[in-house]
Amino acid sequence: MSGATRTNGSSRFRGVVDLAGVQTDRGATIYVYEAPVRVWHWVNALCVAVLIVTGYLIGAPPPSVTGEASAHFQFGYIRFAHFAAGQVLTVFFMMRIYWAFMGNRHARQIFYLPFWSATWWKGVWWEAKWYLFLTAEPKKYVAHNPLAHIAMFFTVTLGNIGMIITGFALYSEDAGRDSWQARLFGWVFTLFPNSQDVRTLHHLGLWVIVTFTILHIYAAVREEIMSRQTMIATMISGERQFRDDRDD
Amino acid sequence: MAQATETFYEVIRRQGITRRSFTRFCSLTAASLGLAPAAAPRIAHALETKPRLPIIWMHGLECTCCSESFIRSAHPLAKDVVLSMISLDYDDTLMAAAGHQAEAILDDIRTKYKGGYVLAVEGNPPLNEDGMYCIDGGKPFVEKLKAMAADSLAVVAWGSCASWGCVQAAKPNPTQAVPIDRVIRDKPVIKVPGCPPIAEVMTGVISYITTFGRLPELDRQGRPKMFYSQRIHDKCYRRASFDAGQFVEEWDDEGARKGYCLYKMGCRGPTTYNACSTVRWNDGVSFPIQSGHGCIGCSEQGFWDNGPFYDRLSNVRQFGIEANADRVGGVVAGVVAAGVVAHAAVTAVTRLTKKR
Repeated sequence: MSGATRTNGSSRFRGVVDLAGVQTDRGATIYVYEAPVRVWHWVNALCVAVLIVTGYLIGAPPPSVTGEASAHFQFGYIRFAHFAAGQVLTVFFMMRIYWAFMGNRHARQIFYLPFWSATWWKGVWWEAKWYLFLTAEPKKYVAHNPLAHIAMFFTVTLGNIGMIITGFALYSEDAGRDSWQARLFGWVFTLFPNSQDVRTLHHLGLWVIVTFTILHIYAAVREEIMSRQTMIATMISGERQFRDDRDD
Repeated sequence: MAQATETFYEVIRRQGITRRSFTRFCSLTAASLGLAPAAAPRIAHALETKPRLPIIWMHGLECTCCSESFIRSAHPLAKDVVLSMISLDYDDTLMAAAGHQAEAILDDIRTKYKGGYVLAVEGNPPLNEDGMYCIDGGKPFVEKLKAMAADSLAVVAWGSCASWGCVQAAKPNPTQAVPIDRVIRDKPVIKVPGCPPIAEVMTGVISYITTFGRLPELDRQGRPKMFYSQRIHDKCYRRASFDAGQFVEEWDDEGARKGYCLYKMGCRGPTTYNACSTVRWNDGVSFPIQSGHGCIGCSEQGFWDNGPFYDRLSNVRQFGIEANADRVGGVVAGVVAAGVVAHAAVTAVTRLTKKR
């Protein structure tokens, strides 16, 4: 692909010990994801992994343990892990919202959709064609591509908010009617008087996140290989490197 | 209606109940309401001096299980006495009067105790076809309910029918039965849900109103906090096996014999606010979980639509097919994963063929 149109911007390796003098693309680099965004991403990923496993087990507990009840705390630990991961996720998500105000423009991207931008909608269309194998090459983006932007907004931003609200509302049932959780999130039970409905919603949320995770990991790996920029490396170093310098 | 001005104490003394039994009843009532021992003399004082509270007990779409529960209130005296403690002036299933005679009592109370009687409602009004699915005394029940509520002091919603709608309001709800607070909007409505509510909870709510002359503190859903602020799960004696991870897996397994937690068998204890695990039923004999069966959440809104009763996860309705969240989500995630694999395969093939 990129090899076919090596017209400008190419250079030679310099100072490389094992392979000097090979012709290569130059590839501009830009700092996109600042440290708080990257830390949040990986902490969130870890918490979500714990939450998915423990959340599933809370709905469908593992086989019973034998012996006296006083000798075990298995389901208690599963629930503890779920609650702890949920609260860590919440704290980091709040930090992430704070960073949307403090950080660079890319730190704000997942919190809104540029609904009225024609360029953005064109990008959605172009990316859709790219995923449907209808175009040979994707566009270049500094931050999320428009299709990823939609996924981030709905499943990460709105999804996290929804899971935090329903999660804390359910937690308030254990914490008690006088707890701060009940005071902050008890209104959920005005909307859904039967907390079984809130459980069902929260559990469907789990599957939305599982589905998103599958797509997200696949897309990140695929784009790392196929797109015209770095993907996974960007979420580790924060640097986005483009693999060609062509205009379009 | 003359006896409505008689005090509770006068009535029970007339019926031959001793002062000793009376003070015992007061202490027990104070205890069951979760009040300090000092409240017992206050209850006694109130019952000795206050005229009895006139109560109108009306029946809409219901099965009379609330009345059946109420008359079994097993407090030493409550069974006989609560009927004397209040002045139950109208209750079409229990009263001797019938027909026009009975209906005349309603008008009589409405004018005589305007704004001073409590309207207790068992069952609910269906709104479809202008309320024709429940005709009571020649009129749609909804009209009678609105008229009697308009001049009442407060309204007590007995049971899940009046509080939430219950079975007649379950999907698809052909009669459009609605909880009574959907038609009574200008009066305080105390919800006492349960199918039926626990007898002692019913008499407890009534005792509170007559004793203190005010309504009990209500929670967000309009239920008295003293009986509905904790879940069955929070005070369940099988809670230890829940935390340990010991569950009944089959109705006849070792866990069932050992009295493990019924969570996996669909017990709704964790989502049900009621006093069953503390007050229990039939003079404290037992409650469903103690008898080896999970809670079905009968005091919760829409519990009929949150089935199946024997599965942990409720069914989700989509396109007319019922499946729980795990099945729906599992299928969606599976299809997406398969799609991802196919997509990756196509990507690889196109890339390899283009390279050549």
